[in-house]
Parts: sequence; C-alpha cells; structure tokens
Amino acid sequence: MKTIFKSFLVMVASALFLSSCAPTTANKETRGNAKGAIAGSAAEKVYVAPGEHDSHYAFISGGFSGQLSVYGLPSGRLFRVIPVFSQDPEKGYGYNEETKPMLMTSHGFVPWGDSHHPDISQTNGSVDGRWVFINENNTPRIARISLTTFETEEIIEIPNSAGNHSSSYVTENSEYVVAGTRFAVPFPQRDMSIKDMKGNFSGALSFLKIDKETGHMNIAFQIKMPGFNYDLSHPGRGKSHGWFFFSTYNTEEANTLLEVNASQNDKDFIAAINWKKIEAYVKNGGGKMMPAKYTHNLWDDDAHTATSTMKKQVLVVEPKDVPGAIYFLPTAKSPHGCDVDPTGEYIIGNGKLAAAMTVHSFTKMIKAIKDKAFDGEKYGIPVIKFEAVNYGILDQPGLGPLHTEFDTRGNGYTTFFISSEVVKWNIKDLKVIDRHPVYYSVGHLMIPGGNSRTPDDKYLVSMNKITKDRYLPTGPEVCQSAQLFDISGEKMELLLDFPTIGEPHYAAGIAADKIAANSQKIYKLSDNKHPFAAKSEAETKVVRKGNEIHIYMTMIRSHFSPDNIEGVKVGDKVFFHVTNLEQDYDVPHGISMIGANTSEMLIMPGRTSTIIWYPKEVGVWPFYCTDFCSALHQEMQGYIRVSPKGSNTPLTYTLDGDIPGEEE
Amino acid sequence: MKIYHSLLAVVLLITFSCKNETKSTTEKKSTPKAEVKKEHKGQASVKLSKGEQPNALQVAMTYKDDKGNMPFSTLVAAVQAAGVEDALVNAGPLTVFAPVNAAFAKHQATVDELLKPENKSKLAFVLTNHVAPANYGIKQLKKEAKKGRKLYMASGKYLVVENKDGKIIVDGKPILMTVKVSNGWIHVIDDLMVPSDK
Repeated sequence: MKTIFKSFLVMVASALFLSSCAPTTANKETRGNAKGAIAGSAAEKVYVAPGEHDSHYAFISGGFSGQLSVYGLPSGRLFRVIPVFSQDPEKGYGYNEETKPMLMTSHGFVPWGDSHHPDISQTNGSVDGRWVFINENNTPRIARISLTTFETEEIIEIPNSAGNHSSSYVTENSEYVVAGTRFAVPFPQRDMSIKDMKGNFSGALSFLKIDKETGHMNIAFQIKMPGFNYDLSHPGRGKSHGWFFFSTYNTEEANTLLEVNASQNDKDFIAAINWKKIEAYVKNGGGKMMPAKYTHNLWDDDAHTATSTMKKQVLVVEPKDVPGAIYFLPTAKSPHGCDVDPTGEYIIGNGKLAAAMTVHSFTKMIKAIKDKAFDGEKYGIPVIKFEAVNYGILDQPGLGPLHTEFDTRGNGYTTFFISSEVVKWNIKDLKVIDRHPVYYSVGHLMIPGGNSRTPDDKYLVSMNKITKDRYLPTGPEVCQSAQLFDISGEKMELLLDFPTIGEPHYAAGIAADKIAANSQKIYKLSDNKHPFAAKSEAETKVVRKGNEIHIYMTMIRSHFSPDNIEGVKVGDKVFFHVTNLEQDYDVPHGISMIGANTSEMLIMPGRTSTIIWYPKEVGVWPFYCTDFCSALHQEMQGYIRVSPKGSNTPLTYTLDGDIPGEEE
Repeated sequence: MKIYHSLLAVVLLITFSCKNETKSTTEKKSTPKAEVKKEHKGQASVKLSKGEQPNALQVAMTYKDDKGNMPFSTLVAAVQAAGVEDALVNAGPLTVFAPVNAAFAKHQATVDELLKPENKSKLAFVLTNHVAPANYGIKQLKKEAKKGRKLYMASGKYLVVENKDGKIIVDGKPILMTVKVSNGWIHVIDDLMVPSDK
C-alpha cells in the first residue's frame, strides 16, 4: 500500500512539475492562436476552486419564469433564484400569507409575471449594490429587490400602460427608475374600436422617484406621449445627466399585422426626455392628477409581512405643456436597443431591421435644439433633423443589431440577433475591431456596471435565445443560455457557456465586494414584530376564534413546539404561524402539512411565516420539516387530530406530553 | 497528516524550483498549493458573522470566567488534538457536557496517555462521550430524569441523568452552569465522563 502511494506521489509530483514549468511557452502560443489552445487558458480563467468565491455577481433576468437568478462570474454557477413576479413553492413566496400581497395587482392576484431588465441602483454614476430593480412586462410592474436580503421588497404597478418593456433603468444617482409602455393603449382605458387607434391611443412614460434611504418607489409623473410603441431606454449620464432616451417603433400606429405594418417608415424615433425640466415643472404645480388604479405592494422587514395598497390617482404631464422638454431623434427603422455610452455623449439606436446602426451625439442634439434645427413635429413634439443630431452611422456591422454595452476604452459591443454574433467597435472611429460568433441568436449582453459611467469591463456576458445543440438534449424544450467573454484584450475571448432559467432578457453585474460583505445572515428574533410570532417555546399556543384556529408554533433543531394538537374539527380554517427560533447562519427549517392546498414554507432563522390549512377529513394528520436541518431532521414532525364537525374534543397542544414552557 | 505534509513539501519544492528557472510563471502556479490547503479546512473555519449566535466550539474557545480565565482551554486543546472540531460546529443539535480545565487535571495520567498521537482515536472516543446528538436544555434534562430516559451519547454509550433536589446530575457529575449555543447547549461539569471500558 505504502509503495503504491509513494509512486502515486511521485506521479503527482512530476505532473505538477510539468504543469508548473511548461506553461510559459504555452501561454505565449495561446494569445496568437485563435482556437485550440484557447480551451486550456479559458478553463483556467473561469475556474473558481472549491471554496473560493467568484469575483462578480450577475443578476440574470428569468424572463417568462418571472424571477431573477443570481449567478457568479466567471464560474457561471447559479446561487439563487429570487422569486419576484411568480409564485415559488420552493420558498413559499406567493403561497404564504405574508408574501401573497406582493402579487396583488389592479387585476387581482396575479401568480405569474414576465420579468425583463434588471438594473442596479447607482451613486455618482457607479453601481452601489443597494438594490436591483426589475420590470414586469405583462401586467406592468417594477420590483425592487434588496441586495442585503436578496428578497423582493417592493412591487409597484404602472397604470395606463401595457407591456412595460422600456424599463427598469435607473438614473446615475438613483433619482428615478423608469417605465415605458410597449403597447400604445387608450389613456385612460375605455371601450372603443381598435381600428380607431391612430391618434387616439397614447404611450405612457413613467418616472418613479426612488427614496434615497429606503428605496421606496413612487410614480412622480407619467408623460402622456403619442401612441407609438416604446421599446427600450437608457438614462443620460455625465454631461447628459438629466435626460432619458427611449426608442420607439410602430410610429405608423398600426394596430394589426405589425410585422409588416409597423415597418413602413424608413425611420422611427428615439424620444429624448429632459426629466429635470419636467421635474421642475411638476414641482411648480404642473401636471394633472388623473384617476387611475394600481397597486403598491411593500414588504415590511420588521413585521415580516407585505401590504398591498390600491392607489387611486396619478400625475399626468402632457408634452405640449412643457415646451423644450421632449424631442424626437430620427433613428434607423424600428430601433430596439437605445444605449448611452459611459461619457453620456453617444446615444446608440440599434435598428433591428436596419443594415446600419445610428449613433447620435448629445452635444449635437443640444446645439440642434438651440438652433431649432427641426424637421417638423409629431403630435406637437419637435423632430430634430437627422443630420443635425447624428454623429455617424456604423454601416453594415452585422445583421439585426439589438443592444450595445460599453467598455471604458471607447468601444461599444453590440449584439446581432440574425447573424448570431457580438461585434466590438470603436465609437469615435465607427470602425469594427472584432467580431465573435455566439451560439445562437443573442438578445441582450451585459458588462458589469453596464448602465453606468464606470463599466467594470473585464467580462461580457451574451444572453442567447436559442441553444439548439449546445447542451445534452432535454426533449423539445431546451434551456436558453449565457456565454462569458473576456474583453480585457483587443480581441474578445469566449470563455464559458452556461445555461440560464427562463429567458435571460438582460442582466446586471457588479463586483462581488460591493455586495458580499453586507449580505444578511439571519433575522434577529429580537427585531421580529410579526403579530403572530412566538419568540420562544413558552410563547407557543393554539387559539380558537370561531372556526379559525391559530397555531403559534416554533421550530428549532429538531422539533416543532407544539407537536401534538387536538381539538381541530372538519370545517375549521387552521393558520400555522411558524417562527424559526434559530439564530445561526444557514439553519432554515421547513414545514408542510398533509393536504394543504398551498406550498411548504421554508423559514429563515428569526423569521415568521404563515400558511392556511383546511382540514377536510377526520383523522390524525402529520406535518414535518421539509429541509434537512439537522442530524435529527427526520424526527422533526408532529400530529394534528381532526375530529368531526360539532365534536367535543377539547383544544389541546403539547410538546413531550406537556404544555410548552420556557427553558430554565 | 504526515502524508499531507510531505505532499505539501513536494509542491512547495517544485514551485520554488520553477521560480528559479522561469520567473514569469510563479504566480499562477501557486494555485495547486492553495487547493491542497483548502481541502483540509472544515466547517470549524467558518467565521461567526455579525448578529449571529456563536456555536458550541466558538463559545468554548472564547468563554472567560469572572477572573478572565479560559475554563475550557484544555477541552479545546483536546478537541483540536483529536481533530473533532468540525463535529462541534455541525448543525447538530448538540448537547455538550463541557469539563473545565480542573476536570482534566483530576485525570492527568489518563489525559497524558490520550494526548499521545497514537491514541488519537481513543481521545476522540472519550470526547464524543461528552456530546449528545440532541437538544437537551435543563428543562428537557429534568424531564429525562423524571421519565427515567437515558441520554444517548455520540460515543454510542447511554448515560444516566438524575434530578437531586433540582440539581441535574449526568453520569454522576453535577451540572454547574448552562450556556445556550446556536447549535444546542453547553452544560459545564468539573469531571470527565470516561467510559468505563476505555
């Protein structure tokens, strides 16, 4: 045995010797050689050794899953899926009583959403790691997620909108997060013929004020724009701070077969909005309060409970009432992405059907406004002459340009859906520097800090809609994917493929050290203000109120208190209010009740959560811990006796034969 | 442990020899060395974070009495010598009957014998006889005494618990003090619970 081991050691040693001494030359070769050798060095660049941490967080949209996923870069490892707009039985989100209000809308309880574009809060033009915002496209909403707890803390609905697509981008000091309606709709909604759309529908652009301390959102004003489709947006920054840019399509205002009818105009617009001007106008009493109906759902971290409030009105601003605040910039055919470079000078419109990319200049725009270099107006909004605002055209860069992100070295990186590639180009020279195929049909791309003055430009992540043969097949439905590139050199280097959840519409990335140190470990029991919390076993009890039974229950390794309950009857409504007494990092407990028409609850240390159970059958029914919490997890269980309706079984609750009491 | 050391030495040696030949490669090449180190780290190396309760090992390592003495320093040293630190930080739940330093002094000869490297597993066995894989606070121990239920210890042995006028005695040793820890309980005793057949 010993000899075998020794010779093994020798082998290891010599292998190490080879690998440690040889690469000097191998590395040199790698740089010049496009393929082959790349695999070796790429593996090294994405390898995060067991127990080591990634350098960046990536918050990748879950698309039609309605959620937000958290990945590490460069490893591509999935850490967590944060439930946002969809119920998540794994965590009890949207199933327990505390989080159900988060999914309330003016249309009632909506258990699903289509999440799109995450964006991280900023301070002085840099991502600050406090919150990440994400929009919902289908039932227009914006959510705010805490990057301390990694939980959804707030969701606000956007009225007078449909398809909240041009969202949820944040200004450089997190003054505002915006929403824009993809579908033009009657504003306010009314019963009218669809074919009368033109001139009678509107497009709401909403500016939500973010509270500096709490992050709470409030719709400061909605701009009632012409009835175009508003697609994507980005804030001005640096010199253009105070402006916001939205791409539009279907300026034809077609209401049917848009694939043909919305592609008639040679140019559509980027709408340039001077929000500072409108803010001042509103501050001076401008705008009109209009009736509206939308929910504002807010999580209270002390009460461990969300409340949903129905809002009744919204402040509406008509463009004609604020002259000099809104302009249209003609942009090549049906632009999709609308991106602003880190200096704030260049505004890029990616015409998804155009053979060219439009680069506008902020400086030229300001001059054109001053010189009144207009080419008429649309619904009273001046249209700036194309030549007067355009910096240049990137001609024939690829097919189907969608989105652009930037490095700090004056380059743009644009995705091309049809030609399935990412193209690196110099903004000033308007020259293509490098192009790299992606697999396949890329949508968005992300450079950490992408929507800011200070991109952290080591990595680029492309998010692909179609993967076909890239992974082991899993039947007709296969995952969408992300691909990681190293962009620190002249040429982009593909490092890694990894699968994503749902559809990765967009992502927000940030250096890990801006978040990791602040990540919460437990909820302090002493801060727990949940009205049904039991903060010790002595506080556990079972109370009957008519046909309602309230169980104040606790969980600790490895039992529930109480764990034997009698006196529950068929027809009762049983509330499990369960508090996890642990104050130790990473010791959640779960609870599930047989036959409950809801999910389990996974409860973090110090938290209280509630599910409702309707006992329907006479008998003795068990509940148990769903999370392997401890060595005696399998023993963590209890029974509830259910007696017939009208029986005289007294209400009792015990733990080990006694009424639960205080530890001495 | 020895094997590990020699492997590390080989790695170090090679890294060093490379350093001499080709200066440019050194930084990257330290990776395998770091991995070997990493593998050896257990859950006991996880740091206590703000607001969190300390676990049994963290309490034993930091607890000071009124006079500023560390009454569990011998216990901690024994735990480290036996290499069972990770078991005391585990999710548990654990109930640790923690002998103070004086308890070890009472059995000096036995302790000296157990601390010999070749007796590492015997030492671990004795230590695990001080830990019950259960959530036994004082109240629960009273209940165990009342119902005549024995304590099942991590060593596989069963210990008798008695209640003498409100004082809890385990295996003949009275509990002097109790500390709640994040993964269970520490009950302080001033004697060792050495299994009779070891």
